[in-house]
Amino acid sequence: MRAWFLAAPLALVLAAFLLVPLAMLVAVSFYDYDSFRLIPDFVTTNYVEVFGSMVTWRTYGKTFFFAGITWAITLLVGFWVAYYLAFVVEGTGKRTVLFLLCTIPFWTSNLIRMIAWVPFLGRNGLANRALQGAGITDQPLEFLLFSEFAVVLAFVHLYTLFMVVPIFNTMMRVDRRLIEAAVDAGAGFWRVLWFVILPLCKPGIAIGSIFVIVLVMGDFVTVRLMSGGQSASVGLMISNQISLLQYPAAAANAVVLLIVVLMMVAAILRIVDIRKEL
Amino acid sequence: MTDKTKMTLGRRGALALAGAAVGSGTITGFPTIWAQNIRDITLRQVGTGVSGLNAIAEQCKRDTGITLQLTVMDTDALAQRIATQSRTFDIADVEYMTTKKTYPVGTMQAIEKRRITNADKIVPIFTSGRLTPTSQVAQGTAPHTVGFVANRLATAFEPTQTEWMTLIPTIYNADTLGIRPDLISRPIRNWKDLVDPAFRGKASIVNVPNIGIMDAAMVMESAGQLRYIDKGNMTRAEIDRTTAFLIDLKRQGHFRAFWKTFDESVNLMASGEVIIQSMWSPAVAAVRSRGIACVYQPLEEGYRAWGGGLGIARHVSGLQLDAAYEYLNWYLSGWVGAYLNRQGYYSAVLETARTQMSAPEWDFWMEGKPAAADILAPDGRVMERAGTVRDGGSFTERMGRVSCWNSVMNEERYMVQKWNEFIAA
Repeated sequence: MRAWFLAAPLALVLAAFLLVPLAMLVAVSFYDYDSFRLIPDFVTTNYVEVFGSMVTWRTYGKTFFFAGITWAITLLVGFWVAYYLAFVVEGTGKRTVLFLLCTIPFWTSNLIRMIAWVPFLGRNGLANRALQGAGITDQPLEFLLFSEFAVVLAFVHLYTLFMVVPIFNTMMRVDRRLIEAAVDAGAGFWRVLWFVILPLCKPGIAIGSIFVIVLVMGDFVTVRLMSGGQSASVGLMISNQISLLQYPAAAANAVVLLIVVLMMVAAILRIVDIRKEL
Repeated sequence: MTDKTKMTLGRRGALALAGAAVGSGTITGFPTIWAQNIRDITLRQVGTGVSGLNAIAEQCKRDTGITLQLTVMDTDALAQRIATQSRTFDIADVEYMTTKKTYPVGTMQAIEKRRITNADKIVPIFTSGRLTPTSQVAQGTAPHTVGFVANRLATAFEPTQTEWMTLIPTIYNADTLGIRPDLISRPIRNWKDLVDPAFRGKASIVNVPNIGIMDAAMVMESAGQLRYIDKGNMTRAEIDRTTAFLIDLKRQGHFRAFWKTFDESVNLMASGEVIIQSMWSPAVAAVRSRGIACVYQPLEEGYRAWGGGLGIARHVSGLQLDAAYEYLNWYLSGWVGAYLNRQGYYSAVLETARTQMSAPEWDFWMEGKPAAADILAPDGRVMERAGTVRDGGSFTERMGRVSCWNSVMNEERYMVQKWNEFIAA
């Protein structure tokens, strides 16, 4: 009985602000609509349009592409940053200072960190001027801004820390005696990494991956700003539909996206049992 | 019924208080009858950045005593707000094209023409659709087609003028392409120049579907690709052809970027990322004010025009409704008109605006004559040196050559889908 009372506040909050809106989202996704009204109904046109349109498939393809590349790069970068912080740096004080340094970019908003790339990467931007000034290129590199490169760059910049923190966290819990034992038994650097550190860091990697993948899959601002509106993502598609008052279509898209992302998270959790290993 | 009673009471109360105010002799100068008791009234106005200007709110407070609370958002967000949250505002400052979509929802009330002092002086574009009795009605959602309804609560538009207006027109303009003359060496004369391969990777188009598709249509017609039955109301086949054309261009890498907000268009142009693009007139002014050459290029096929106005939310009643009418009347009484004309827009009642503008200002902005003196921006900076001529010339040359209005099409849902396909391509 007592347990019920203790769980009740959170359960109520979740019911009111998560379950009810979610139920509404699903309900609205079956509504009909015209240019200014929702028409309560039960039609499957919204889903037929979602699955029947090549745009949806291409957009999902593009979104997976962004998520995949971003995940791979942030994992690579994040893992080594975390490794450096956890195993190379000595002394807790120094480690804390360096860790705080990593979080400095987060003192400004996502949007500002993103927009700051624009004058840097543009045709007459800092990067191009430097390259031309140094004689490396004789023409501005156009692909730097308003391209898929720019989108991935911004994603990596924005989300690497989400990979660093959980991996760092699990690395700090690795029992140092295990590494010593491995080294004593004759394992080299890569063997220790592959057979000792990596398996023990799996929960951290899984959590970081969930962060990054969920954030990228749902993003719409970064893709729009950095690609100059040239690329699409599922989030952008939904945001366009909302802004054009096509709520049922947006709701149907959102339901599909939700299911896809939940499936991805489930897949990650199937590979790594976070609760067991944490 | 209850609504009516409330209104009469409200007005009677207002008149009584106004009478007291007149008796006490506190009204000076401004020709208003109930200046005293609307002094405490606040009107919440939602609108786009075009005319949601603090200077207007400040002057309104000075002249009428009404406090205007402005909220600014983009075109799409505004449409949503009007359709779904009409209790959160009293006045909507909205485009006619948006009104075609949102008025039928029934969240606004019609404005009684006889309570608008200058109603008969409104430019005929908004009433008959013709600038002069002989001019053509342009294609698209022409303001007069969504400007009138049968009564205060009717939601179906009337084809001819009635005593009930959906919006009081306030601001409008003729849009064209903006170019960087310093980076383009040849003369630009037609809409099709936007897709000239010479500008590959240096062109942009606005990514607001209803507006972008019209710019694209102007280009298509200019390039001889397609003759539309009505650009402002395309058939599915016409939409298919137009978006296929755009997708093809995009795949060739013709567009550098697409822009959605005013400042994005300014930055693209000012940084030189883009040298020819769809643009709005104040954006051109903003680029020029940074000392960068930018021309709002008149084109042979004519302009794409847009118009906006003020509407009253349905829930507004009583004294607040009186204040709303007072505000609308003030808006057309000259000061705002002059203020908007000075930024390159046009005001709905020209004669009152003229009284607030100097002769050189009027000649430059409205007559298309060379500036007799330096033309100042509203904040006092020099905007145009003496001797310059406005791009596109006089009011009649510009508004008389409107080829189509910003539109909401019958096939809007399909059009938006195809547009998204283009953006995702």
